[in-house]
Amino acid sequence: MTSYPVLDKKDTRSGFGEGLLEAAKLDDRVVALCADLTGSLKMDAFAQEFPERFFQVGVAEANMMGMAAGMTVGGKIPFTGTFANFSTGRVYDQIRQSIAYAGKNVKICASHAGLTLGEDGATHQILEDIGLMRMLPGMAVIVPADFNQTKQATMAIAEHEGPVYLRFGRPKWPVFIPADMPFEIGKAQVLSPGKDVSLIACGHLVWNALQAAAALEQQGISAEVINMHTIKPLDQGAVLSSVGKTGCVVTCEEHNRHGGLGDAVAQVLALHHPAPQEIVAVNDSFGESGTPDQLLKKYGLDTPDIVAAAQRAIRRK
Amino acid sequence: MNATPAATAQNAAVDELRSTASQVRRDIVRMVHACQSGHPGGSLGCTDFLVALYFQVMRHDPANFTMDGIGEDLFFLSNGHISPVFYSVLARSGYFPTAELNTFRKLDSRLQGHPTTHEGLPGVRMASGSLGQGLSVGLGAALAKKLNGDPSLIFTLHGDGELQEGQIWEAAMAAAAKKADNLIATVDWNGRQIDGDVDQVMPLGDLRAKWSAFGWEVLEMDGNDMGAVLHGLNDAISRTGKGKPVMILMRTEMGRGVDFMEGSHKWHGIAPSDEQLQAALKQLPETLGDY
Repeated sequence: MTSYPVLDKKDTRSGFGEGLLEAAKLDDRVVALCADLTGSLKMDAFAQEFPERFFQVGVAEANMMGMAAGMTVGGKIPFTGTFANFSTGRVYDQIRQSIAYAGKNVKICASHAGLTLGEDGATHQILEDIGLMRMLPGMAVIVPADFNQTKQATMAIAEHEGPVYLRFGRPKWPVFIPADMPFEIGKAQVLSPGKDVSLIACGHLVWNALQAAAALEQQGISAEVINMHTIKPLDQGAVLSSVGKTGCVVTCEEHNRHGGLGDAVAQVLALHHPAPQEIVAVNDSFGESGTPDQLLKKYGLDTPDIVAAAQRAIRRK
Repeated sequence: MNATPAATAQNAAVDELRSTASQVRRDIVRMVHACQSGHPGGSLGCTDFLVALYFQVMRHDPANFTMDGIGEDLFFLSNGHISPVFYSVLARSGYFPTAELNTFRKLDSRLQGHPTTHEGLPGVRMASGSLGQGLSVGLGAALAKKLNGDPSLIFTLHGDGELQEGQIWEAAMAAAAKKADNLIATVDWNGRQIDGDVDQVMPLGDLRAKWSAFGWEVLEMDGNDMGAVLHGLNDAISRTGKGKPVMILMRTEMGRGVDFMEGSHKWHGIAPSDEQLQAALKQLPETLGDY
């Protein structure tokens, strides 16, 4: 299988911060709003470099979403920054009416998503956000795999016309996507080709999927690893071409098993190419406090869980 | 004593606006009657305000609508349920043909029950209907104008019941903090909401004191006296550019202009029967020609 050396360990939110700064340098229509989490979202560099284009809105996320929508009238490209929970569930109706239905060019940038937020616990570990956002007509949903890709994705969404939900996280995580690997919204990446099972992952779990593929290779199983960084619009062709070859699939995501990547892939398969699927995701529960590693293990999202799911999927062929 | 030329011109302008308002009120009751749904009460109450805004006060370009509205004054309707008055005023001021008012709330129409950009209706820059969101939107648009070096103004309109939404007060705080002194918000202070009088459902307390305490320049006006509306809007404009957002607390009567719709919250969201339509139209002279 293709090997991906660990280039570094960095948080994806820092990739967002760097990407935002670069996007702002390239396009003066880019503005940013933050709800009292400038440091957590790594937006400090933008705020320092472009103080007149940075809007601190305080702990008032609903107003932030409305302001961002309003700023598009006048041609701005607003990026909002807060935790994933406060970027979605807390402000769903504001996003639905003022951004999605109104078709506004707002980039909703959400950090600290999923279990790997860690010690803060379930109030902050949203596991439903991908589902909430992909149900909104016209909303693109992007979950990049590492620091490099989050930076690329942040710059790419500035050039994409229409509302976007960009989901990233808190912990330092392996950086393994080469900085020069092309990133295109809606175009999945086959990171490692294989023939026995497709591992389709997003976000932090792309790294785990690669580790799982290496472990499976030791058992003589050839796994194809696909980085599905865009959940919507889903790269249906990539799913069908991979599963057409391997005959079964495991989806991997740091999200509730309802509403996320697993559902999106299952819909494609059910409609076009029914095949065994296993879903590595949180089993319809809330999270809890703990370290990211402990939580991934306890909630069944760790590398051995992906390996076991692949074995189950292959048996069901 | 003879009136000055300026006062004479002002009176002529008021008379013309009143005449337009009568036609807009006819449009409202006819639209709501035709589809047997919609919100006539607040629409009738806000007619004088919107007519003054679109036909006299705002600098705007109905024939060349652009979403960004650079160089134009912009209006955002936050209480989207009073779409009948908004649509009538937009059509009558030239954003789209008045014949399209026939399609209000019907299938395949650009005139949805609540206003939206979704069908590309000229004159509408934001979807509204779910209450409490328009002040944030207006604030964002006002700050974008400042970034663009565009000296024109942002106007918003809100229901008084809508002030019960928490997001309004988030935006109120932010607008003062960001010194959005190119933003003029107006509250339709008719004292009524769906379930009854605002004072019964959820009293708003001392509105003037609240908005002042939030850092706004506050003025009150009679929203159903065209002369007072013009005076109030010009007063509000004279207070822009001084570091504070401006709030107009506008006293209106829900259902204004149709006697049997006044004095109650009952006409918030129901349509007149055939007989009631005729009774209403008798009170509202046709001045510009029915659509």
